[in-house]
Amino acid sequence: MKMTYREAIRQAMHEALAADPRVFLMGEDVGRYGGTYACSKGFLEEFGPERIRDTPLSELGFVGAGIGAALGGMRPIVEVMTVNFSLLALDQIVNTAAALRHMSGGQFSVPLVLRMATGAGRQLAAQHSHSLENWYAHIPGIKVLAPATIADARGMLGPALADPDPVVIFEHAQLYNMEGALPDDWRCDITTAAQRRAGTDISLITYGGSLPKTLAAAEQLAAEGIAAEVIDLRVLRPLDTDTIAASLRKTHKAVVVDEGWKSGSLAAEVMARIVEDCFFDLDAPVARVCSEEVPIPYAKHMEEAALPQAPKIVAAVMMVLGK
Amino acid sequence: MIEFKLPSLGADMDEGKLLEWKVSPGNTVKKGQVVAVVDTSKAAVDVEIWCEGTVFELLVAPGDTIPVGTVMATLLEAGESPLAPRAGRGVGGEGPGPAHPLRSPLPPAGEGVIAGRRRISPAARKHAEELGVDIETVVGTGPEGAVTLADVELAIAAKVRLPKTAATPDKSAEMRRAIAAAMSRSKREIPHYYLSEPVPIRRATEWLAKVNEGRPITSRLLMAVVQLKAVALALKKFPEMNGFFRDGAFQPAAAAHIGVAISLRQGGLIAPAIHDVGDKTPEQLMLDLTDLVKRARAGSLRSSEMSDPTITVTNLGEQGVAAVYGVIYPPQVALVGFGRIVEQPWVENGALTIMPVVTASLAADHRVSDGHRGALFLAELRDLLQQPENL
Repeated sequence: MKMTYREAIRQAMHEALAADPRVFLMGEDVGRYGGTYACSKGFLEEFGPERIRDTPLSELGFVGAGIGAALGGMRPIVEVMTVNFSLLALDQIVNTAAALRHMSGGQFSVPLVLRMATGAGRQLAAQHSHSLENWYAHIPGIKVLAPATIADARGMLGPALADPDPVVIFEHAQLYNMEGALPDDWRCDITTAAQRRAGTDISLITYGGSLPKTLAAAEQLAAEGIAAEVIDLRVLRPLDTDTIAASLRKTHKAVVVDEGWKSGSLAAEVMARIVEDCFFDLDAPVARVCSEEVPIPYAKHMEEAALPQAPKIVAAVMMVLGK
Repeated sequence: MIEFKLPSLGADMDEGKLLEWKVSPGNTVKKGQVVAVVDTSKAAVDVEIWCEGTVFELLVAPGDTIPVGTVMATLLEAGESPLAPRAGRGVGGEGPGPAHPLRSPLPPAGEGVIAGRRRISPAARKHAEELGVDIETVVGTGPEGAVTLADVELAIAAKVRLPKTAATPDKSAEMRRAIAAAMSRSKREIPHYYLSEPVPIRRATEWLAKVNEGRPITSRLLMAVVQLKAVALALKKFPEMNGFFRDGAFQPAAAAHIGVAISLRQGGLIAPAIHDVGDKTPEQLMLDLTDLVKRARAGSLRSSEMSDPTITVTNLGEQGVAAVYGVIYPPQVALVGFGRIVEQPWVENGALTIMPVVTASLAADHRVSDGHRGALFLAELRDLLQQPENL
């Protein structure tokens, strides 16, 4: 069945709301407006204001309320408009949600799902465009997901809601309009990385909004006779190092593609794990394509220049291969 | 732009390992100047250059093993300016291509990579270890000359193709293989014929004794010098013994550069040339011989000494054998051997006498000369040795 990424997210939430009365959706503009990215259109009418709750512009407050609801036995889905704004709620997420199980000696669970948009490419400038997934991937006590396909958009919410601990789901803003076929077997785990394209010459490791660009680069490389394997991390915490290592043992070379900035990035973590686990399989230095180290610009040409793009990925691969 | 290629320093050499550059980019070089030290399977050889110019770029790094014919460096002729960009990727098809794809391009000067550790990928290093390949012998073709998995696999493929292994740096085994290859080729390709002649040596012995009288030991002449000079003079009348057989044809040599077989302490032998033996005095030849033996055993021969011999002389008399029938060192066409001096009954002027005699032998290439000429050559050599004062 063909659908957009947005529709897949919507269907996943619809299914959860319909199946479990403990599930409710809360966030800015999720009700009357139908969601900033229109993922909850029609929900208010269907499920009512008790379960589809518009909130004030107060991330610290409504994320905290979501944590409280989760502690009280509910299964809240809290939507934060973008990861940029989620920084206002970091105290609740990092100091409370992620820590409570450990601080209570296992007595409290926080089965909270936090959804938020991330990433650039829509000319929304520096305060709405950053990729801060790695800030969350740094924190023990939460799981971090990055659905990059229609199937993952449809399939990841279920296991996230079933998880007894906080799960943060990053939806890249440029993916909402992506259209594709939803496979019949869209149900998935939230523990493993996925091979999106098989290859033998080099591993391209990426996640989220960079996956389509990386696949496009792999297609261009194929035309040059280079068989690139594409690994979609899917789960940013905990990282599935086994899948990465298995790919590296086959290709011996890697380029990591990450829309975050290079310094202290998730790409850096992936590279570190490659060196830890696969050093003697490496046949070339590992390279990465990240965003330029500037706040994401507003001007379209500058924004495009600041982000990882397929030609940059191709160039990095050529450099690694010495071509 | 002049390309300086790794020369073949003998029939048994198909690759060499660069040990050291004696020049740097910007240096001017003269004909005959030693520019590099290259390790062959037999010895570390000072490689000379035979053109003049200014060194532009060194293309091979010390430690790299490269096939004969590989461009090792480029030089600018006088007045030439470096128009072409530094050799590197992306200049495909421009200018004379590399002589061999296994070049190891160096990064531009200033990046300091040459001075540091060789670039070898961890996977390449591990793979080479597993397969018993000496990673130091593998030429790198990856980014900035890095040795990659593909290079190791290429090296293994090359090993499988050639019936020799470069895996062990065992010097004496390598030399054994090199000798085996050259001698097998000789016996496979060269139809040898052998002649020998007992040469009375009393006059030469007496002459030597007279010449050496009063001289300090270090400047005394040896019989070997007398023999070398006699061979060189005989060759003037028999040019078909002096030169190379190449590409199905004989190329006579203008001068007699005589390869002197020198056994090495660690085993094996080497036969570097004394140049222009025919034009040198016995005293000069003695100095040359002493120097050559010393340097051959110290491993500091020059490339021209390795590649120039036009004939080889071996003297196993010192080891006590009566005669030696040698195997020609290709592409040479003859080898002269001398046995030990034996006192034996001899008829001279109708009377029996005791004569010191040395057996001179000739192994010659039947493609180039016949036994008749070979016999005349040995007779000429015999007669020359009867007039040592004329040598």
